[in-house]
Amino acid sequence: MHKYASPKFFYVLAGQLVPWIATITIVLLLAGLYLGLFVAPSDYQQGESYRIMFVHVPAAWMSMFIYVLMAGAGAVALVWNIKLAEIFANSCAPIGASFTFLALATGSLWGKPMWGTWWAWDARLTSELILFFLYIGYMALQASIDDPRRAARAAAILALVGVVNIPVIHFSVEWWNTLHQPASLGKVGTPSIHPSMLAPLLLMAFAFKTFFAGTVLLRMRNEILERERHTTWVTEMLESKP
Amino acid sequence: MPRLFKAIGRLYWRDLTVALRRSTDILTPLVFFVIVVSLFPLGLGPEPNTLRTIAPGVIWVGALLATMLSLNRLFANDYVDGTLEQMALAPYPLALLVLTKIAAHWTLTGLPLVLISPLLAVQMQLPEAAFRTLTLSLLLGTPILSLLGAVGAALTLGLRGGGVLVSLLVLPLYTPVLIFGAGSVAGVLVGIDTGAHFSLLGAFLALALTFLPWATAAALRVSLD
Amino acid sequence: MNWQEFFTMGGYGLYVWGSYGIAALILILNLYLPLRRRKVVRQRLREFLHLKEQTR
Repeated sequence: MHKYASPKFFYVLAGQLVPWIATITIVLLLAGLYLGLFVAPSDYQQGESYRIMFVHVPAAWMSMFIYVLMAGAGAVALVWNIKLAEIFANSCAPIGASFTFLALATGSLWGKPMWGTWWAWDARLTSELILFFLYIGYMALQASIDDPRRAARAAAILALVGVVNIPVIHFSVEWWNTLHQPASLGKVGTPSIHPSMLAPLLLMAFAFKTFFAGTVLLRMRNEILERERHTTWVTEMLESKP
Repeated sequence: MPRLFKAIGRLYWRDLTVALRRSTDILTPLVFFVIVVSLFPLGLGPEPNTLRTIAPGVIWVGALLATMLSLNRLFANDYVDGTLEQMALAPYPLALLVLTKIAAHWTLTGLPLVLISPLLAVQMQLPEAAFRTLTLSLLLGTPILSLLGAVGAALTLGLRGGGVLVSLLVLPLYTPVLIFGAGSVAGVLVGIDTGAHFSLLGAFLALALTFLPWATAAALRVSLD
Repeated sequence: MNWQEFFTMGGYGLYVWGSYGIAALILILNLYLPLRRRKVVRQRLREFLHLKEQTR
């Protein structure tokens, strides 16, 4: 257990894993894009625009998934004081925020042909917007505290309060939305999922997951180098490679 | 046990008296609340129907913002003069002490907002039938705002840019309270039964009272280390 | 394969390709930024080491 928690061990392991993860990601992306853009048939109601779903939905899933991971890592860091957990949580945030942004942007682009406006206060988009603000707050808090220890622990508490709030926010926004929404707007139509549509969706979802795994490892490696700069293993490593 | 009660009582009283000495700290958020709400008719025109429609949201958002403004006085002064560290070292559960401080803070910040809200309701052309709902929703909601705000204040203790940062952290968390608080008043205007709103607000308050003082205490320890 | 239809996406070309374009941008940025940072970090740490060596 302690071996895995050692930054040096993790740094080396991460370096070895990244190329494999990259390969898997590329394969999954190509498969997902091929099936999603070429093979899946046109939707009865939405024509070709529904294909945005293949990036919008996985992005939204990732935005939530990453936040939960971030909060979980924060809890581990708070309870057991594990440095790697702190580094992991730190590294998750910008990636999660960018997926949230992607969900919002693609949601808007999907909404325009459907509803005629660039933004509509649909339940899912509104929840994503609030989640985006939560990510920004997390990153702002981290950035404002100089001591990395205090920064990580404070951000962990914030993430935990946030993660408990997220179901509450979802529920509230859903309720608010059903009350105010005119009948003409539907949900950003997830069309009745045909298997030929489900396959690319899942492939893209997995591709995003592996992409996240790879990029979080890259970020973690950078932070490990910085935090461990006074150790001999970092010194030796920097001197050996040009 | 009786020592604990005495300590809590003394802390509550102390926070009240200290805050009352700096009366500007208390009056500013209140005046801000009134001014902000008054700006809307100036910006949108005096048409009563328009004002009535936006009133629940405007008054509630005003309350949110006023609460945000008042948060820094919760811990900042005690942090600066070392009292907060003493509290952390005291033989009493920090979460309870925190809850006491929040209660004192709310008495002088949240409660005045609740009490002045009928005045603003009149300004925004709300019918008298809605006054009770508005006041009740704020009565349930403002403590939740204080409790959530306390976590933000504790996390950002001593940081530069603290005030705006706290807003950034806490405002997204306020959205459910806003939705149901303002929603209850909007509901009463259209004749919907608001039982659900108040049940939910009550549930939020119960949850907030149970967990947030503890989270705030943890945040304080992180900031004090 | 009707390439004409593929590019216009039944009239929704802007939205569909816009979405995939933004997705590509996000993915590329998330790859580029940590890689660039790695260079910067290693560079700075090496300078720091040289300074330490010199002032010994």
